[in-house]
Amino acid sequence: MSDYKHWIIARDAENIAWLHLDKADSKVNLLAGEVIDELSNILDTLNSSPPQGIVIVSDKTDSFIFGADIKEFTSLKDAQQAGQFLQRGHDLMNKLEAMSCPTVSMIHGICLGGGTELSLACDYIVASNEDVTKIGLPEIKLGIHPGYGGTQRSIARCGPLPAMSIMLTGRMLAARAAKKMGLIDEITPLRQLKNAAVDYVMRAPKRKKPALLHRLSNQSWLRPLVAKQLRKQVAGKAKSEHYPAPYALINLWKRCAGNKKQMLAEEIHSVAQLAITPTARNLVRVFFLQETLKNLGKQLEYKAHNVHVIGGGIMGGDIAAWCAIQGYRVTVEDQSPERLAVTYKRAQNSFKKKFKRNRRAIRDANDRLIMDHRGHGIHTADLVIEAIFEDAEVKRSLYQRIEPLMKADAILATNTSSIMLEDLSSALQQPGRLVGLHFFNPVALMPLVEVIHGAQTDAAVIQKALAFTRDIGKLPLPTRSSPGFLVNRILMPYLLEAVIMVAEGIAPEAVDKAATDFGMPMGPIELADTVGLDICRNVASILSSTLGLALPASLGSMVDDGKLGKKSGQGFYRYNKGKAVKNKNAHYANMQELQDRLIFRLLNEAVACWRENIVENDDQVDAGVIFGTGFAPFRGGPIRHIRSEGSELLSTKLDQLEKNFGERYRQDAAWNDINS
Amino acid sequence: MSAGRKVYIVDGSRTPQLKSRGKIGPFSAGDLAVGAARPLLSRLALSPGLLDEVILGCMMPGEREANIARVVALRLGIPQTVPAWTVQRNCASGMQSIDSAYHNIASGRANLVLAGGVEAMSHAPVLYNPAMVNWLGELMRARSLTQRLQIVSKFRPGHLKPVIALIFGLTDDIVGLNMGETAENIATNFNISRQQMDEFSVRSHQRLARALDAGDLEEIEVLYDANGNFYDHDDGMRADSSMENLAKLRPAFDKKYGSVTAGNSAQITDGAAWVLLASEEAVASHNLPVLASIQDSQWAGLDPAVMGMGPVHAMTPIMQRHQFGIDDVDFWEINEAFATQVLGCLSAWQDDDYCRTHLNLTQAVGEIPQDRLNIDGGGISLGHPVGASGARIVLHLAKILNRKQAKRGIASLCIGGGQGGAMLLENEAA
Repeated sequence: MSDYKHWIIARDAENIAWLHLDKADSKVNLLAGEVIDELSNILDTLNSSPPQGIVIVSDKTDSFIFGADIKEFTSLKDAQQAGQFLQRGHDLMNKLEAMSCPTVSMIHGICLGGGTELSLACDYIVASNEDVTKIGLPEIKLGIHPGYGGTQRSIARCGPLPAMSIMLTGRMLAARAAKKMGLIDEITPLRQLKNAAVDYVMRAPKRKKPALLHRLSNQSWLRPLVAKQLRKQVAGKAKSEHYPAPYALINLWKRCAGNKKQMLAEEIHSVAQLAITPTARNLVRVFFLQETLKNLGKQLEYKAHNVHVIGGGIMGGDIAAWCAIQGYRVTVEDQSPERLAVTYKRAQNSFKKKFKRNRRAIRDANDRLIMDHRGHGIHTADLVIEAIFEDAEVKRSLYQRIEPLMKADAILATNTSSIMLEDLSSALQQPGRLVGLHFFNPVALMPLVEVIHGAQTDAAVIQKALAFTRDIGKLPLPTRSSPGFLVNRILMPYLLEAVIMVAEGIAPEAVDKAATDFGMPMGPIELADTVGLDICRNVASILSSTLGLALPASLGSMVDDGKLGKKSGQGFYRYNKGKAVKNKNAHYANMQELQDRLIFRLLNEAVACWRENIVENDDQVDAGVIFGTGFAPFRGGPIRHIRSEGSELLSTKLDQLEKNFGERYRQDAAWNDINS
Repeated sequence: MSAGRKVYIVDGSRTPQLKSRGKIGPFSAGDLAVGAARPLLSRLALSPGLLDEVILGCMMPGEREANIARVVALRLGIPQTVPAWTVQRNCASGMQSIDSAYHNIASGRANLVLAGGVEAMSHAPVLYNPAMVNWLGELMRARSLTQRLQIVSKFRPGHLKPVIALIFGLTDDIVGLNMGETAENIATNFNISRQQMDEFSVRSHQRLARALDAGDLEEIEVLYDANGNFYDHDDGMRADSSMENLAKLRPAFDKKYGSVTAGNSAQITDGAAWVLLASEEAVASHNLPVLASIQDSQWAGLDPAVMGMGPVHAMTPIMQRHQFGIDDVDFWEINEAFATQVLGCLSAWQDDDYCRTHLNLTQAVGEIPQDRLNIDGGGISLGHPVGASGARIVLHLAKILNRKQAKRGIASLCIGGGQGGAMLLENEAA
């Protein structure tokens, strides 16, 4: 029975059929078309001489099934094709569910999307309670919702509220949480997992129903009420015109939850419609952009055993704490124990946020994070990250002092956000070892790191820096050394335009709303406050000379008055317990104009970066702007946005803006090349 | 005599010693040992996988720290394949760990050993008394509600009387004396006055203050706690210590007629100290610096009731083996458990009678000059975290020999239960 490409079937002494999934030519298991078809055939064969039971297991190390093969997704042309694609999965799940013998899904490691739906079609789900085990239905992040029967079956298992919370957030659950929510039946240590699976096959116990409250909320007379509540919650996070999937999911449930057959059929219809929306297509593209960046870090095997961070300020300290969280031994150098005590305390908050109340994990992270005011770590470091304040002269003299102390092959990385590498490397005997690792604030939350290379940077050093960035769980973006690099350069004109608008007398609330209406996660004014107006001013003034940006006078005077934004309690907004106090009645008549003024400055600069090859290609421009600024992911990034709206149409608008607001809207030379 | 191959002290580090102030200190024994060793390992450009073993002395590890040496080694990121073990010889646990490492290297079993001592005295447990333990046991075994109520009714306030482990740890149950009482014995035997003890104590504080000002305690590594505090010096030091202040203190043990006070005894403190020991080959092949070599070591036993005399009993055989007179040794570190106990040791070596009766000598050894003994303070000013002190004095003696470009030194301490330990170091560069 081993004539399958992706599956291995083994019957044991108890006549239990163990179906091992080991997808060929792949590091992880995906529920690709072939995998589905093979399993379907296997089930047919098993039906002819039914075993005692069936257990589905993964043969990949520490991972179960990552979900459907998203590549297959991208080839779907229309809703009809999408419907057929989904029907194939539905047929398999229905067949699995109808098997006469007990069926068990035995999960260890990551189990997502289609993998979870396959498990839900089994009678029982047992999972290891190891840290690597994570179970989820993250389809919503790709602009769709579960489409292999997962909506109906997850609700049937845990009741609508827990199931909806899993599907609407798309979050990954630890095994313990999944058990608590009723999504899975049993958790055990890995060493007992097989015993548990066999036990469920042999005992075939009756499955527990969801709690009364949960069954109640599935009643037709209650559903509209609950649905309304759910929609309200979702609306706080995503607008329906930007992200239709959560609303479609709520609707599907509200309409069909009483009827299994109908719900399964309508699920196909709903996902087929969603799958061809621009939102879903763009989100899928963002997913692949993410994979592309990850792969950039996999070109070279490299491990920095010791990391030495110089500068224990917010950036340096947070970078060090992040590295410690990721398993690196890190020494942090600053001038005095007084300063490092602050760094250390701040790191405790990072550890608590990451590890909650896991005492051992916090202890281990602390043991890896070494405060080092004497700078001992420099001698053994493979990677030195400099994160002192932005002053080229000071940085150069630091480099001159430390280079003789460094190991011959150690890399020196600077976290500068605005100084050109060429201005710093001149201080080094080996200029080729200098690379930029531009982290964004807050380090723990921002996924992107710009890996800056100057003309002088060794190719191998760039590769190592990319690999390191990937290894600490960040997305590396190789970026050419030029003023502002990619992200700040594209972001800064947009932020400054917002500042200009406020100086013109437009309410900051209106400016921010124009941006969030476009799909930005946070308005530019609030963002400037959050970053810190002093930092904004510094970066802007460095960029102003090279990029011809006019620095709004209001920004400077606010900084001089000590209004630094969120951190000082007063910026453009006043802050109460860290939250901006906003005037809900703020209003502006022509919101579209505000939005255009903001977004076109960003788009125009993105085009310029593309033309100048600041990053390798248009995909990377989009990836950098999305992961570095949070630019509306459902629009797929600035270049993609220009393409889908039509560059000609947008360039006309841009010309109009230039007429109205001056030459800062002068079209970039490459604008007309965008579609070619 | 030399145990075989030559053994070097490469380098070492310690925590500041933090005085116990009536509540549990910020660092557990494991935290202290990790905090002291990390900077040492990061400044020695030496892969921790090269270590042959880790030995740590500790009298009372925390409840989660069985075989604390292994716990600490793994927390330090030292590879799992490097074994680690804990030694306990009460107040000399830290010297025992160095002695064990010394012997393993000398005999050829090891080339590189990380050895140290640690004690978090403020973390010493407070335990339930046996009546309470039994009562809890019964309660847990009870099945029915009536049974449970019955047992609950047997509870008595006396059950709540705690057992303070530190008090028992510092009491010799064989002779029924706590350490302070054994010090009073020495004061009586050698006729040491309260005045002498207090003078010794003031000097200890003054010497520590001078050393701190002069930067002569560079082996101290800063500790950081989760609340944003840092600890960079021995915080029991009182630069303003004076005879007047010390005179105000009441005797702590023989309350009415005694003279041993909290002020002329070692402080209860938390701390850790480490040294890296290496064979001659390891020094050469890894191009390591050296502070000193270990030339000899000695353990001795004596009457537990005068355990504070331990140092003279341990140092004497070393002096004999090498045929040293007082002047052949440049610097001395005798751990200050009690001022009277150090003074008693000094007196004993000047006393023909004591030397003949107790040390098998024909005559007195002589007087150790005060300006070559504990020149940077000791347990009275900087505390005596019992398991750590042995390692601390060996490390600091090695540092003194380097600083003073002196050749030879002896570190020694007394041990609760009636023992003494001593170690002879040599600075070959001098």
